[in-house]
Formats: sequence, C-alpha cells, structure tokens
Amino acid sequence: MSKETGHSDHIPGTTVFTGQRSAKGLQLNKFAYSLRLAENRAAFEADPETYMNNYKLSDWEKQKIVEKDVKALIEEGGGSIYMLIKLGGVTGEGLASMGAQQRGESVEEFMKTRNVPLKQNT
Amino acid sequence: MGKIVAGIGSSHIPSIGNAYDQNDQSPEWQPCWEGYKPAKAFLKEKGVTHAIVIYNDHGTDFFYDKCPTFAMGAADEYPIGDEGWGVRDLPPVKGDADFSWHLANSLIMDSEFDLTVCQEMVMDHGLLVPLPLLFDHDPEWTVKTVPLHINVLQHPLPTPNRIWKLGHALRKAVESYPEDARVAVVGTGGLSHQLNGTRFGHTNEGWDEEFLDKIEDDPEALIDIPHDIWMERGGAESVEMMMWLGMRGALTPDVNKIHRSYYMPMLTGMAVTVMEDAKAA
Repeated sequence: MSKETGHSDHIPGTTVFTGQRSAKGLQLNKFAYSLRLAENRAAFEADPETYMNNYKLSDWEKQKIVEKDVKALIEEGGGSIYMLIKLGGVTGEGLASMGAQQRGESVEEFMKTRNVPLKQNT
Repeated sequence: MGKIVAGIGSSHIPSIGNAYDQNDQSPEWQPCWEGYKPAKAFLKEKGVTHAIVIYNDHGTDFFYDKCPTFAMGAADEYPIGDEGWGVRDLPPVKGDADFSWHLANSLIMDSEFDLTVCQEMVMDHGLLVPLPLLFDHDPEWTVKTVPLHINVLQHPLPTPNRIWKLGHALRKAVESYPEDARVAVVGTGGLSHQLNGTRFGHTNEGWDEEFLDKIEDDPEALIDIPHDIWMERGGAESVEMMMWLGMRGALTPDVNKIHRSYYMPMLTGMAVTVMEDAKAA
C-alpha cells in the first residue's frame, strides 16, 4: 500500500497511473500530448528522431515508441494510455491495436473476445 | 431563479463521437443512438437553458504538469479541441460566464469548494461526446454549458464522497442564482473499461447494471467505495464512473426515473440515464 496514493497495485495485469509513474513518464507523456496539435504531428512525421530528441526522450523511450511497445511504455516507462493514444493520430494505430499489443494478441484475436466488434477503433 | 430540473448520466466514449460525425447508422450503433433519443426529447420538453457537464479532460487542455483536481469554465465560448485526429465539425460550445462566476462564488464562498476557475478552456471528448446527442447545435448550440472537469486520470484522485458533496454544493449554487435558469446536470464517463495492461478490455456488465441501479435509488451506497474496488470491479479506467455522483448529488434524494439504457458492444459500457428532479416535476 502506497502512503502517497492510498492504493496498492494488487490487480493483476493492471498498472495504476500513480503520481510516481506520472513523474517518471513526464517527458514521454509530454511528447505524446504535444501530438494533439496538427503542426506537431506534421513535424514528428517529417523527422521523428529530431522531434523526439526535442522532448529529451531516452534511447529506451525512442526505441519503444518506434517498436509500438505500448505495454513497456506503460508498465516500465510511466506512460499514460490517454497520452500515448495520440500517437495514433500519426501512426494510424487505434485503441484496439494498442490493447491487443498489451494483451499479447493480434487485433483479430482481440476482436474475437468482444461482444460486438465495432469498426470505430478508438 | 436558478432551478435544477434534470440529471443525465452518460458515457463519453470517443468512438461514439466518431460514429456520430460519420452518421454511422449501421445496426451495431442503433442501441447507442436509441438510448439518447428520449434524453434529448426530455431536456427539450423541460425547457433546459443551461447544462453543467461534469467530465474529465483527457490531455486536450490539461496535462500532468499542472493537473487541477476540480476545474470549472467561466467563459461565454469554449473552442473545440484537437485531440490528435483533427477538430470535430461542431460549433464552439456556448457558455455563460456570468452564470459560471455565480457558481464559482457560491461553491468557493458558501460551500468552501475551492476549485480552479478557467477563463479559457478547450473542450475535450469527455464533454463533446454527450453534448451533441443531448442538445441541438445546428447552426449553434441551444444550451449554455458550464464545463466542470475532475481529475480521474492521475492518482491521487478525489474520493467519490468528495464528488458527491460537489453535487450538493452545485445544487446550492444553482438555487441561489437570481436569474432564470433551468439547469440539467450531466455526469459523464465509464462505464466499466480498462485500457492498460494485460487486463486491457476488462468489462463487467453485472457491476455496470448494479451501478445504474444504485445511482437511481441508493447513490449513498457508492460514496464510500475505495478507488481500488472501483478499479477491481470495473477496470482501472472505470474510476470515471465516480463523476456520475456529482450529478446525482445535485438532485433531490428521490427522483423520477425517466429513461435508462445500457449497451456493452466492445470496450466500454455505454449508458444513458435520465432523471427528473422531484422538485421540478
């Protein structure tokens, strides 16, 4: 039990977005947050390396972003899914594919687990 | 005089906004659209002039560098935000700065609910998903909106009891407004969903239905539930559901149940509830 947040990480397969994780992922999330703006999406798309360097991302963070390893970015990097989803505005990845990656499944496999697999992918 | 006439509970799932903008009339979307029709009709019938919408920003305006726990808009107009996929084709949300400042004065001075007041605020899907389904907006909005943001993303989050008390404070604030205003309070978010980890996709239809029962008939049964239990039952991101308590706390203890619908297609429970305030019947 964390004194700061008042809750534990007891739910399997769950990474609660605590203050400590937010501090760890501040630059990563700031980078992803910046992609809400069209001019930033264009700059990132044109030159990803320079754009990521401008946000002082570590080599590990840059590698995981390129690999689309959302699971690692959240579990180890302090990433917030609500910010990381904005990468999808550039890559075309939707929430279902980010979810499938975290579950270790293909999107097709993941969709089979749903009641109604909607086409809208966020 | 200000008067609370209705409470609305609504999910704010982004895909609903996408499907709305594309006018997606495929069969899998009909349960969602059908759910909102009675809500919109009731708000029109009750002559609602103002909506206080309790929602959370998801990285449209606020970021984790400065993250207000409670923040309220006080402007006559709020721009539509770009969340990463372009700006939705909706007119800027119409506000009422004088009404907002009255609410701020009452919340802070009368109820000691000292929230952040924002004279500029960019609108997020948390508010923009339900709003067009509840109110006419072509060519401009027929309702004046007060956006009220709650941090439910970065822990520590406010407790459900605190959000419930915010509802009480909102009622007091609305009822002390000297001008005529017929107010709907809209609580948004949820229902069950989880977007992180190998538990991504966790949903819980049984808990969602129980929550909807309790919101109508026994909301105080929800106010002492710890964050851990919300997350365990409904998924880590389902803590948004607490925001419905801000709406319910603004209503009379007994309400007239007008409408309720629930649909769980893919990642998140889609729900709409409509309650009439007992003093507005």
